[in-house]
Amino acid sequence: MKKSKAFWGFLVLALVIYAVVQGMISGGMLDLYYQNILIQMCINVMLAVSLHIVIGITGQFSIGHAGFMAVGAYVSAIVTMKLGLPLIVAILLGAVISALAGLLVGIPTLRLKGDYLAIATLGFAEIIRIIFLNVDYVGGAAGMVVMNMTTWTYAFVAVVITILVIANFTNSRHGRGCISIREDEIASDAMGINTTYYKVIAFTIGAFFAGVAGAIYSHNFFIIQPTTFNFLKSFDILIYVVLGGLGSLSGSVIAAIFLTVVSAYLSNFPETRMIIYSLVLIIVMLYRPTGLMGTKEITSLFKFGKKGGSKV
Amino acid sequence: MTEKKTLKRFASVFLTSSLIVGALAGCGSKEEGTSTDSGGSTSDDTSEVIKIGANLELSGAVASYGSSIGKGAELAVEEINAAGGIDGKKIELVKVDNKSENSEATNAAIKLATQDKVAAMIAPATSGNVIATAQIANQYKIPTVTASGTAPNVTENEDGSINDFVFRTCFIDPFQGVVAANFATEELKAKNVAIYADNSSDYAKGLAAAFKEQIEANGGTVVKEEAYVADDVDFKSTLTNIKSANPDFVFIPGYYEEVGLIVKQARELGIDVPLMGADGWDSPTLVELAGKDALNNTFITNHYSSQDPDETIQSFVDAFEAKFSEAPNAFHALGYDTVYYIVDAIKRAGSADGEAIQKALAETTDLSLITGTFSVDEKHNPVKSATVLEYVDGNQQFNSKVNP
Repeated sequence: MKKSKAFWGFLVLALVIYAVVQGMISGGMLDLYYQNILIQMCINVMLAVSLHIVIGITGQFSIGHAGFMAVGAYVSAIVTMKLGLPLIVAILLGAVISALAGLLVGIPTLRLKGDYLAIATLGFAEIIRIIFLNVDYVGGAAGMVVMNMTTWTYAFVAVVITILVIANFTNSRHGRGCISIREDEIASDAMGINTTYYKVIAFTIGAFFAGVAGAIYSHNFFIIQPTTFNFLKSFDILIYVVLGGLGSLSGSVIAAIFLTVVSAYLSNFPETRMIIYSLVLIIVMLYRPTGLMGTKEITSLFKFGKKGGSKV
Repeated sequence: MTEKKTLKRFASVFLTSSLIVGALAGCGSKEEGTSTDSGGSTSDDTSEVIKIGANLELSGAVASYGSSIGKGAELAVEEINAAGGIDGKKIELVKVDNKSENSEATNAAIKLATQDKVAAMIAPATSGNVIATAQIANQYKIPTVTASGTAPNVTENEDGSINDFVFRTCFIDPFQGVVAANFATEELKAKNVAIYADNSSDYAKGLAAAFKEQIEANGGTVVKEEAYVADDVDFKSTLTNIKSANPDFVFIPGYYEEVGLIVKQARELGIDVPLMGADGWDSPTLVELAGKDALNNTFITNHYSSQDPDETIQSFVDAFEAKFSEAPNAFHALGYDTVYYIVDAIKRAGSADGEAIQKALAETTDLSLITGTFSVDEKHNPVKSATVLEYVDGNQQFNSKVNP
C-alpha cells in the first residue's frame, strides 16, 4: 500500500515536471541550449542510476560502465542509420544487446570481488572500445555519423522508466537480496541467498539502462567515436554515484543533475573549468564524506513527525 | 532522541535544498547574465561588436591543438581590432571549451548559437568534433570554419551532399598526396616510385591512394606498394623488397612513431633515395627515432613553415613571438588564418548575417593568408598551396611551395 503510494506520487511528480518543461519549450522559454542540457541531464541521470544498482545496491565495484553505454550507442546507431528502423526499436535493441553483454561479462567476472572486479570490468570496457575502434563498418577511429533523433520527450520518458524500474527492483525481494550482498556477502550466502544470481541480475539491469542511455546519447550528439567511451567516461559515471551517496537512488539523481549543471555553467570559463569542477568535487566530498545524500533517500527527508515513515 | 533526529533531518533538508537552490541560482544568474549579454549584443550587433565564437579543445586529450588555434585567433582579432575592426565594428572572440569531447562540442556550438548569438564560429580542431557541430551550424545558419579538421567528410556528407555552413582553412588529407606526387615528378624528377603506407589509419590510406593516382597521371610508375600497421617495429624485410624494386623515390604516409624507425632502417639497408611523408611526420620525436643523418634527403608536406622567407609570414612570426614568446606552429598559423578568412567574408558580405557570410565564404577567391593563397571549391575546401619542408641535419628547412 505504502509502496504503491510512493509509486503514484513519483509518477504524478514526473508528469508535472514534464508538463511544466514541455509548456516552457512550446512557449519558447527554453531554447535548444536548455533543451540540450535537459537531455544531457536525463542521460547522466540514467547512467548514474544504472550504475547505482550495481555499486550502491549490490555493492559490486564496477568501473566499466562506459562499455555498456558504448554497446547501446553503437547498436542503436547501426539500427537507425544502417538498417533504417525507427528510434524506439533502436533504443530497445541497443538496451537488450547491452544487457546481453552485461550477462556475458557478469557471469564470469562477478565471482571476483572488490579491486579484482573493478579491474575486470575496466578491461571489458576497453575491449568493447577497441572492438569498435577496429570495425570499419562503424567507422573505426573516425567515428560514425548519427542523425539527431532524440527529443526531450524520449529522454524524459526513458529516465522515468529507468528510475521506476530500479526503485521497484530495490524494494522487491530481489532488491533486498542484492542489499544483503552489499552488507555482507558471506552472511547472505549462509542465509541461503544465491549471491551470484542476484549479482548477475543487478549487473544485467544496470547494463540494460546504460544501453538505453547510450542509445539516447548517440542520437543526440551527431557523431559517436570510440574515444568517447574511454575509461574516463566510466569514472564520470562513478563520480555521480559516489558524490550522490553510495546506496541512495535520489542521491545519484541529484548528483548527476548537479554536476551536469556545473559542467555546463563552467564552459564559460574555459581556462579554469576543470580546476573548478575538481574543486567542487573535493569540497563536496570533504563536507559530505558519505556523498550528498549518504544512504538516505529524498523521500525519507520529508517524513518529519510521521511515525515509522518507511524509506522508498 | 527523536528531536535530535528531526534536527538532523532538518539540517540535511536544509543542506540539500540550499545546494539545489544554489545550483538553480547559478543557472538562473547565468541565464540572466547571458540574456542581458545577448540582449546587449543584439542592439550592439548593428553598431559596435561582431561576435565570433571559438568552439575549441582547450582541455582534454587534444588540448594542444585547440589552445594553439585559440592563440592564433586571439592574435588575429587583436590585430584586426587595432586596425579599426570591420567597418568600425570591433570583433569579440567568444571562447568556449569543448573538453576534446564530441558531446561537449555539440553543447558548445548550441551555446554559441543560442546564448552568445555569434555571427560566425571557429569550429573545433579535430574532424570528429567538427562533425558534432555541423548540424547545429546548418540549423542556425551560422557559418563555421574549422582550422584543422582535415577529414573529407567534415564538409561533405556520406551521400555526397555538402554541409552548407561548414568550411575549413586547411587542405584535406588526400591533397597532401597529390602535392607529394607533383613534388616528386617536378622537383625530384622521380619516375619509378614506391609507396610504403600505414594500413591501419584512414589518413595514410587516403594519402597513399591520392599519391598513386597523381603520380600515374604525371607519367610515373609505382614499382612497389607495401604496407605496415601501426605499432610495427621491424620493417627490414619489407624494406628489402622495396629496395630490390629499385625505386628512385619512396612515399611513406604515416605517423612519426613508425616512420622514424622506417627511415632509420631504410637508410641502414642502403636505400638512399629521397623519402617523403606528410604532416603526420611533423614531431620532434621523429628526429630522435630516425637520427639526424638518416633524415637527410627526406621531405614532408605541411601547412606552413615558420622559416618561409615570405615577408607576410615573417612579420606574422615576429608578431606571434612578441605576444606569446614561442615560435608559431602550423596550428597557430591556421587559427590566425581562420579569423582572417571569416573577417574577409564578413567584410565582403557587408553584414553579420549568417547567410550573407556563408555566401561570401563560399565565393572566396585568391585570398592571401599565412598558410597560402586560396580559393574555395564547390565542396567548401580551400584550393591552396602546401609547403614542402626538407630535413637538414635534423632541422626542418623550407624547401618550396607546391601549388595544386
